[in-house]
Amino acid sequence: MSTFAAVVLFIGVTAYAVLGGADYGAGFWDLTAGGARRGRAPRHLIDHTLAPVWEANHVWLIFGLVMLWTGFPSAFAAIMTTLYIPLGLTALGIVIRGSGFAFRKVVVKTDQQRATGAAFATSSVITPFFLGTVVGGIASGRVPADGHGNPVTSWVNPTSLLGGVLAVGVCAFVAAVFLTAEARTHADARLERWFRRRAQASAVATGAVALAGIAILHADAGRLFSGLTRRGLPLVLVSAACGLASIALLHRAAPRLLQALAVSAAGTVVVGWGVAQYPYLLGTHLRIDEAAAPDATLASLTLVAAAALLLVVPAMALLFVLHQRGRLDTA
Amino acid sequence: MPGLSLVTVGASLVLADPAQLLPAREQMAFTLGFHIILVPFGVAFTFLMLIANARGIRRNDETALLLARRWSQVAAVLFAVGAVSGTMLSFELGLLWPRLMGNYGAAFGIPFAIEGLFFFLEAIFVAIYVYGWQRMRPWPHFWTGVPVVLSGVGGTLSVVAANAWMNQPGGFTMRDGKIVEVRPLEVIFNDAFWYEAIHMLLAAYMVAGFVVAGVYAAGMLRGRRDRYHRLGLAIPLTVAALATPLQIFVGDVAAREVYRNEPAKFATIEALPTTGTHVPEVLGGYYANGEVHGGLKVPSGASLLSGYSPSTRIQGLDAIPAEVRPPDRLVTIVHLSFDVMVGIGSALLALSAWYALAWWRRRDLPRSRWFLRATTISGLLAVVALEAGWVVTEVGRQPWTVVGHLLTRDAVTTSGNLWLFFAATVALYAAVGATTVYVLRLLRRRWRDQGGATETDVPYGPPRASESAPAGDQA
Repeated sequence: MSTFAAVVLFIGVTAYAVLGGADYGAGFWDLTAGGARRGRAPRHLIDHTLAPVWEANHVWLIFGLVMLWTGFPSAFAAIMTTLYIPLGLTALGIVIRGSGFAFRKVVVKTDQQRATGAAFATSSVITPFFLGTVVGGIASGRVPADGHGNPVTSWVNPTSLLGGVLAVGVCAFVAAVFLTAEARTHADARLERWFRRRAQASAVATGAVALAGIAILHADAGRLFSGLTRRGLPLVLVSAACGLASIALLHRAAPRLLQALAVSAAGTVVVGWGVAQYPYLLGTHLRIDEAAAPDATLASLTLVAAAALLLVVPAMALLFVLHQRGRLDTA
Repeated sequence: MPGLSLVTVGASLVLADPAQLLPAREQMAFTLGFHIILVPFGVAFTFLMLIANARGIRRNDETALLLARRWSQVAAVLFAVGAVSGTMLSFELGLLWPRLMGNYGAAFGIPFAIEGLFFFLEAIFVAIYVYGWQRMRPWPHFWTGVPVVLSGVGGTLSVVAANAWMNQPGGFTMRDGKIVEVRPLEVIFNDAFWYEAIHMLLAAYMVAGFVVAGVYAAGMLRGRRDRYHRLGLAIPLTVAALATPLQIFVGDVAAREVYRNEPAKFATIEALPTTGTHVPEVLGGYYANGEVHGGLKVPSGASLLSGYSPSTRIQGLDAIPAEVRPPDRLVTIVHLSFDVMVGIGSALLALSAWYALAWWRRRDLPRSRWFLRATTISGLLAVVALEAGWVVTEVGRQPWTVVGHLLTRDAVTTSGNLWLFFAATVALYAAVGATTVYVLRLLRRRWRDQGGATETDVPYGPPRASESAPAGDQA
């Protein structure tokens, strides 16, 4: 029962990492798209791609939070009392990002678009970095079961910084692949080339960070390292293969296949982390069954998860399909 | 010197409060107060939008469709800001009140999990509805708005269930400070659930109705009396005028339920120092040194309202153990907030009656400029009443976070520099709030300059060639 709840929680975490992550990554490219004139076309595509889906993708975070604090309340409190600095900054970043994006859609003057866009884009890069440090802190066992761990070293440490940089890189990569496919759907060869180059660059950079990460984890997070190189190894390999395949096929493959490959590359890494630390919730300690709420609570969460499967997943699919078929007019 | 010893006890109680308590409470109050203004727009404003939409399709009414379309754009902006400010609250529950979540999350979290589900549906269908105007067929497009309204209602009921549980906690068994058994249905449908939830839902419909009606009333005062403005006033005001009498009734029931279930809160609302019968209803005044100063007393009023008889016995503040008795300042705040809420509710009832009378007699809006002036400020008043109501229920629960189980001072976090976090939050929210107002005014000006529908405004039009306009180049 508790394992099942943990799986549901992790599905939420993975969905947020991939779908929310792609939205964050789009913000990264928005930030680096250059001046108002040069960046107009890519920003317009980003705007069009993100507008209808970002809020629905964002709800996965809420889903994860409520699953965690209801299903594993003591772990939630431990995480919040230890990693409150990056989490507090994350919360502020989310407010800046969402409102910045919403405002940019309405204002028309260039300088106002620049201000609101900068708010959206900057926070799109900072927020996943902080979330990555949080993951690193948890995965390397720096959150004590009773909470109140070291407020600084819990997220300023090799594994956390790796997590932060990797999060930004993976988000940027997934977004670039998605936007390449999107540009092709719009038959915009120039933009397609623009995003393809960035997808390749971010793949190389993220791959390099991941390789360096092997050494970092080996030195800093022994248990996570052994989990990833034993039980989690197939997932890590699948992730690498999907990432490489999506780059190799960037020129040729159907847009939907590309997107599926990028999603798999990012998703399997996150799942790999979960598998590597199983049966522990806080990386190296506090077993899932120790941290779990009473059975009736877990049963309620199971019902909610079932309802989500029946209601939310089809609705989400409808939204994505309508969006991809160009039935939603964002201009 | 008993007086002196009381002072020292009081001082030690104040000193015993952890340093984090004040900034944490200020921040929670501030962010909740900000977020609650946006809630009616996600919950009830969307309903107004659908009424205009349905009317537009059914009667082939361009004006109604134009209103619906523009309202959906406003709803999209406010929904986005509401979504992120709601996320902030989720983080704050853990960052500021870790012991609430850590010890009670297993029960308290269940309604939130259900709310998450509704929020998902709302976010999905808001997007489909807002961006579906151009290329979807009219009725299917309308129906994508229905889940938005339904999940708004469901989400409100869920979140208020969680809040009601804090006032009337039930459905769990504790052993050694840990929840060992949970009865989810009792958690959700706790003793405070129904009256709190319906009271909030009606409040959302009132706030959205009066605020939107107020915007068009202001335009009419400036001489814009076209059909667009009249309809923009009539649709929301009709909804608000229907919700208001219901709200007065529900509020009356809720007050009696609070009298029965939450005697401490009721004593605080009434600012009643000692338990007794023939209790007067005191309007206004402030509470100090064990009595109400000033204010207007209605003999036996409180007893009559609570139990329909002057001999109804009401528990006073003296029935609350001294160590958990709210300080005088808090009593005054809650007491006055309650009066403000009820006073505004009564004024809005009068406005609703005025509107209903004119409609019943002449099938038209009242002709007086005073009616337009009153409608213009009714939106602001409704927001004030909403805030006052939340002050009553939240501050009126103090010093408890979970009544009888967890004191607020024990729920608060012990780590971090909360003043810094609070300052950053206030600065950010000030910017977000100001920009929200700015953006809405920008839309209004843009639409005013356009006058009627433009080519891009006509819903259900033919698909336009996708031109690469710069982002944000749309009205």
